[in-house]
Amino acid sequence: MIRDTTIGAKLWSAAVWLLTGFFILNVAGLMATVVLSSLSTRWLQSWLPAGFTTKWYISAWNEFQLGNVLTVTFEIVFVVVLLSGLVGVPAAYALARRNFPGKKLVILLFLLPLLVPPMTIGIPLATVLYQVGLGGTFWGVVFANLVPSVPFVVVVMIPFIEQIDPKIEAAAHVFGANVFQLFRYVLVPMLLPGVLAALLLVLVRTIAMFELTFLTAGPTSQTLVVALYYSVFAAGVRAVQSIDAMAVIYTVTTLVWLLIALRFVNPTQIVGRAR
Amino acid sequence: MAISIPASRPKLRQRLALRQIDGVTLLLLPALLVVVLLFVYPFAYGLLLSLRPKVGGFAANYIAFFTDPYLYNTIFATLNVSVPVTVLSLILALPIAFRVRLLKHQRLLTTILVIPITLGTVLVAEGLLNYLGPQGWFNRTLIWLGLIHSPIRLLHNYWGVFASLLITGFPFTFLMTLSYVSGVDPALERAAATLGANAGRRFWHIFLPLLVPGLAINFCLSFVQNFSVFPSAVLLGAPAGETRVIAIAAYQAAFEHYDYSMGSAIAIIMGVVQLLVVGLVLAVRNLFYRGSTTGAKG
Repeated sequence: MIRDTTIGAKLWSAAVWLLTGFFILNVAGLMATVVLSSLSTRWLQSWLPAGFTTKWYISAWNEFQLGNVLTVTFEIVFVVVLLSGLVGVPAAYALARRNFPGKKLVILLFLLPLLVPPMTIGIPLATVLYQVGLGGTFWGVVFANLVPSVPFVVVVMIPFIEQIDPKIEAAAHVFGANVFQLFRYVLVPMLLPGVLAALLLVLVRTIAMFELTFLTAGPTSQTLVVALYYSVFAAGVRAVQSIDAMAVIYTVTTLVWLLIALRFVNPTQIVGRAR
Repeated sequence: MAISIPASRPKLRQRLALRQIDGVTLLLLPALLVVVLLFVYPFAYGLLLSLRPKVGGFAANYIAFFTDPYLYNTIFATLNVSVPVTVLSLILALPIAFRVRLLKHQRLLTTILVIPITLGTVLVAEGLLNYLGPQGWFNRTLIWLGLIHSPIRLLHNYWGVFASLLITGFPFTFLMTLSYVSGVDPALERAAATLGANAGRRFWHIFLPLLVPGLAINFCLSFVQNFSVFPSAVLLGAPAGETRVIAIAAYQAAFEHYDYSMGSAIAIIMGVVQLLVVGLVLAVRNLFYRGSTTGAKG
């Protein structure tokens, strides 16, 4: 490793760290304001709130019907994770193990939904879903969220499956394992860590997925992030602290799963050619 | 095939298996069905729908878009915020990534940076509403430091959207840049240093040429994200004024005026503009070196 020891290099290094620190400070500041505000009795014209209370959490819970919203959010996320695992993992297995004509085209087809931003696909997709009567329903939101999730699982799982030696499967065949036994005793144990990581990432991404859910959700199929958007959008109707309390609940919900996910995956995998 | 055995032509199943299409390959079908039904079909449907406007000929939506300044100016409003944010993110990400690659424990920093991405634009917007407000900590600190005398207006205008895009966009750009920068073989840098190149020359003559292809892809992905900005443009910007971005126009057409045809047309235009910029960047990229970033022999 090369270490520069000139004054210029040290100044440069200091400037870079200062910049990084400034960025992180601002992110921390904006998150701290949300938390503090949600706990404050009144916060105007001062550095810190006048007093602290937890009543906004109770009022946010009731006003925004967060019990319902959280239930719906987890139902949607659970179904999306389950379906994208059931559909995505076999597809990744096929793509990792077989070289068929047109494979490149198929892979491109799985990459495109990850590259096209949700707003671009969301509007035509929501239009189609409303035309077939799924717009605004639970399943409409699930289907919309499958658009990035299934390709995500496929793309994440292909390299994982490719690094598992096919000879192991061949050996199982030689020893007389049938398809079920091969699946149960060879593939599942080997694939499980990868599948778990991919599905946790899908979970985090689905909780935070705003655009697609926003465009397809109806009043009874809103997820937490969409409910948060509407309450911020209609700011002034409710107390600011109440909205902030909801934002904190959203943050905690997301971060818990993010921290669990980060035990199994690298942070860069969350963005790595994925978003 | 010169050798042919006309009597026993292989069965369809065998012929397919030769091309590696068998039971395992069929596992692909459900996922393919999902992508075709929920991605390809809506796009095709949207394209056709956009060509069947409520009134007028098949191109009426597109003509309406490009003759109405309130609509076509959204393209420039969007470019006006998305291009600077993308460029700035990239310029900031590069030196920081170069510094961070030398760190042994990058995990903490990457974890911190992945948080704003994960929380997403809505939460960042909600936080910034307070943080950047006239009584927020940002303005207070600036006044306390004596840099300004009265609070500067950072919300419900261009800068609110800019800040929120930077906060979610920069970590994204940074994490991708970091993976590209770490992918360059350190031996190349050591070789250059041995030959007497200082840090600046190592960057300009060794790293940058190797990184250009990756940075171009990085630029494209970040740009495409920033170009489709929606929630923060509504919550932090002036959705009827200077930050009336194209996604707002598309949303309003489809879901406020219930003109799905026009909404689809604007979504298609949005996609085409993105493709044009991406195409342009990738075309420029082809002028540079493309190939392995690991030290190759020969």
